[in-house]
Amino acid sequence: MIDKKILEEHNLTSEEYEKIVELIGREPNTTELGIFSLMWSEHCSYKSSKVHLKALPTTGKNVIQGPGENAGIIDIGEGLAVVFKIESHNHPSFIEPFQGAATGVGGILRDIFTMGARPIALLDSLRFGPLANSKNKAIMEGVVSGISSYGNAIGVPTVGGDVYFNGCYSLNPLVNVFCVGIVEKEKIFYARAEGEGNPVLYVGAKTGRDGIHGATMASAEFGEDLEEKRPNVQVGDPFMEKLLVEACLEVMAKKLIVGIQDMGAAGLTCSTSEMAAKSGTGIEIDLDLVPQREEGMTPHEIMLSESQERMLIVAKKEKVKEVQQIFAKWDLDAVHVGQVTKGGMIRVKANGQTVVDLPVEAIIDLCPVYERELKRPSYLESAHKSEPIPLTNDYNEALQKLLSSATLASKEWVYRQYDHMVQTNTCLLPGADASVLRIKDKKKALAITLDGNSLYSYLEPREGGKIAVAEACRNLACVGAKPVGVTNCLNFGNPEKPEIMWQFKEVVQGIAEACQAFDIPITGGNVSFYNETEGAPIYPTPVIGVVGILEDVSKAVSPGFKQEGDTIILIGENRDDLGASEYLKSVLNKEKGLPPQIDLEEEIRSQEFCLEAISLGIIRSAHDVSEGGLAFCVAECCFLNEQKFGCQLEPRDELRTDALLFGETQSRIVVSTQSQNVQELLDLAKKKKVKASIIGRTGGKNLVIRHLEKEVVDIPLEEVRQLWRGTLPEVFKIK
Amino acid sequence: MKFGVVIFPGSNCDYDTYYVLKDVFGQETSFLWHKEHDLKGVDCVILPGGFSYGDYLRSGAIAKFSPLMKEVIEFASKGGLVLGICNGFQILTELGLLPGAMLRNKNLKFLCQFVTLRLENDRTPFTHKGKKGNVLRIPIAHYEGNYFAPPEIIKELETNNQVVFRYSDAQGRVKEEANINGSLGSIAGLTNRKGNVMGMMPHPERASEALLGSQDGRLVFQSIIESKNI
Repeated sequence: MIDKKILEEHNLTSEEYEKIVELIGREPNTTELGIFSLMWSEHCSYKSSKVHLKALPTTGKNVIQGPGENAGIIDIGEGLAVVFKIESHNHPSFIEPFQGAATGVGGILRDIFTMGARPIALLDSLRFGPLANSKNKAIMEGVVSGISSYGNAIGVPTVGGDVYFNGCYSLNPLVNVFCVGIVEKEKIFYARAEGEGNPVLYVGAKTGRDGIHGATMASAEFGEDLEEKRPNVQVGDPFMEKLLVEACLEVMAKKLIVGIQDMGAAGLTCSTSEMAAKSGTGIEIDLDLVPQREEGMTPHEIMLSESQERMLIVAKKEKVKEVQQIFAKWDLDAVHVGQVTKGGMIRVKANGQTVVDLPVEAIIDLCPVYERELKRPSYLESAHKSEPIPLTNDYNEALQKLLSSATLASKEWVYRQYDHMVQTNTCLLPGADASVLRIKDKKKALAITLDGNSLYSYLEPREGGKIAVAEACRNLACVGAKPVGVTNCLNFGNPEKPEIMWQFKEVVQGIAEACQAFDIPITGGNVSFYNETEGAPIYPTPVIGVVGILEDVSKAVSPGFKQEGDTIILIGENRDDLGASEYLKSVLNKEKGLPPQIDLEEEIRSQEFCLEAISLGIIRSAHDVSEGGLAFCVAECCFLNEQKFGCQLEPRDELRTDALLFGETQSRIVVSTQSQNVQELLDLAKKKKVKASIIGRTGGKNLVIRHLEKEVVDIPLEEVRQLWRGTLPEVFKIK
Repeated sequence: MKFGVVIFPGSNCDYDTYYVLKDVFGQETSFLWHKEHDLKGVDCVILPGGFSYGDYLRSGAIAKFSPLMKEVIEFASKGGLVLGICNGFQILTELGLLPGAMLRNKNLKFLCQFVTLRLENDRTPFTHKGKKGNVLRIPIAHYEGNYFAPPEIIKELETNNQVVFRYSDAQGRVKEEANINGSLGSIAGLTNRKGNVMGMMPHPERASEALLGSQDGRLVFQSIIESKNI
């Protein structure tokens, strides 16, 4: 008998249960209920987010595949396409940081090679609580090791990403994992179960009891029973996945199969029902044939297991033997467990009995969709209230504090644990505005970046959404790449709370507006709700992943200054934008104010100018001005030059000095150029209607900034560089 | 010169190495499958980097049982050139073709970064195009590259001039701060007594094209290609 307690365990409401009974015309058994519990979970069904996600632009002339498949696909010409996607693994990473993050990497990789693409790069967006707390430190150390262990072993470089710290992530760390692959356009595969009678093969690792109810877990808040959830986290085996990549790509290249889907969240349940749903067919499988790691597993457990490194393949009828031979070569199971059927039913047998008999439509398409209540949160009022910001008289100290804050300090401690060079395509090392990957034997290259400032989104969600997209595109412009496609990972609190839902709607609107302005499609992504523990939600955290194309890889530009005596030019305008800044947060301990407002037209002009200047070869370095403002941006340009020289700056703006140095006005880029190119650059700026001003010169041993006739910053570069580089190693030093 | 790149399950620098030999240097290059017993008549066998068999036990400890290793040992004993890079170096020590073993890096973390190396021996088939004292900028990417051997072996290596590369600073000075993973004697690469088998932790295939930031790794491949002339 299904009672209230059982429903609660399955995270289903009684209305949802009534709908299930109505749809299938009877009461479900517990295995079937488990299936609904997973497929109707927020994680799998997007039931709260769907109505809002419709605002996002998802089409464009180069879009081969938009949202709805394992990953999005964009045509990049010359017969090639890029396949990319971002996904969250937040909840598992909190409960078990190492395995949670590792299996996050494993999952996103499967999403990419499932489509026939060879994964060529990984990036991660990580959010942690302050490192003064040893629990946060342990989480970060575990997450970084987990990513490192999985990505390094499988041989896909982790080339970039970002890491931010904020108190709101103390009990809700975020681990968003992005992967991109390349495929020949003619060789793309989809998750389809076509052709009645075609055999269904189970390939890869055996099924165990790990990860049961993982998707359901990711669809509820955490309370104090956290420790009990540890068995819900899966364990990753990158070696198994490496074999799986090679074997799957081989059967795909030889065209032996019809469709393929990975078993990620909701395992066998999700893969069978989604593949059938996309093809209007049904699937019949026999659980007695499924390779199992332990004895005595119930049908319920087998269907719901989230054991890693497994895939479901629909093969061509006459090719089963050949498929099995290829998997045997890689020492992998490929077991014929069922077939594609007519009639749209998922039928599962165990011990000769039918244990599941459900219409695919009910599981996938008829899941309820919610238009949840919205309410503007009351905190905004007080957060926006303007209050005087005290002027400091020691800008050297302020800058030092800022560049040794965890968010702005060098992330070398993180990325040197990642193999970021394997596959030998990495043209710009981590630390640049965007990662640049060459495509072997082609002139063009890919550029990729992830971005998302949650403090902006917390203080003004719509602006935060817009800025996340704009800044990601600006990062690409700084290396010389034009954006072609976007994927987003939207991390929020509990959507049943009207304030959270309002934040969500606003952020999505902002993202949509910016994508329309840039004319770039969103080809997929992931929504992660319920990022709150014991009632405390995270700040709304959209993470935007943008993929771009550099027409000529030899022209890629990096952020570090290149030579002493070069002229430093600021593209854009300095305004009084200290609200929501890293300076207020790290130096003055205030997370308040209005974030900078962005003018998307101005932004696009700045970026187009930067791209043209790079293609003309008239700038030597480019770096966008973001968190930490102009002073931090210029400091980084110095840190990233190998000859270790400093610079002298003298911006002439009539502004408060703190706003000039640390304000976060958008649409700004700092570039450097040889003196003979200065005039051409300024003329180009005029033509493009972009403000460009000479603000200084590279060289010397110090970082010097003069403002309003005063030397406001003057520090030995090597000293601050050590501070910037040394912050994280000091935190994690083995004592 | 005919090259063979061995693929173990879990190798992940196999294609990178193949690409450099075949496309950058234009050499005839084949993959050699670990389950077979055929070296396909190559002149130089390369054991590439990666995580053979996941390296869940000791790095390289299972790869040494791969069927093809029988032929590789025979090939080496007849003087054939064998180069092990990173995991390949670890496998060579497990096979007993090179002395010593690898411990975890001294900071107990995986390390991926450019390092500088001093060339110690320019009279091997793998390095004769360089000059003793040359400083090379080549990346490393490993968790277990902290070279260890008993004192008598280290002494023997030094006496016989088997140490080929040492971690150094950018000026070529070998000192503890530059010894990135804690290796005994700052050893980054060494040969067997006869000089026809070399193992190195840094990845020369990642430093063979200007686009990737360094071409210093070309020295190793160019030397092998021209090794018949020495």
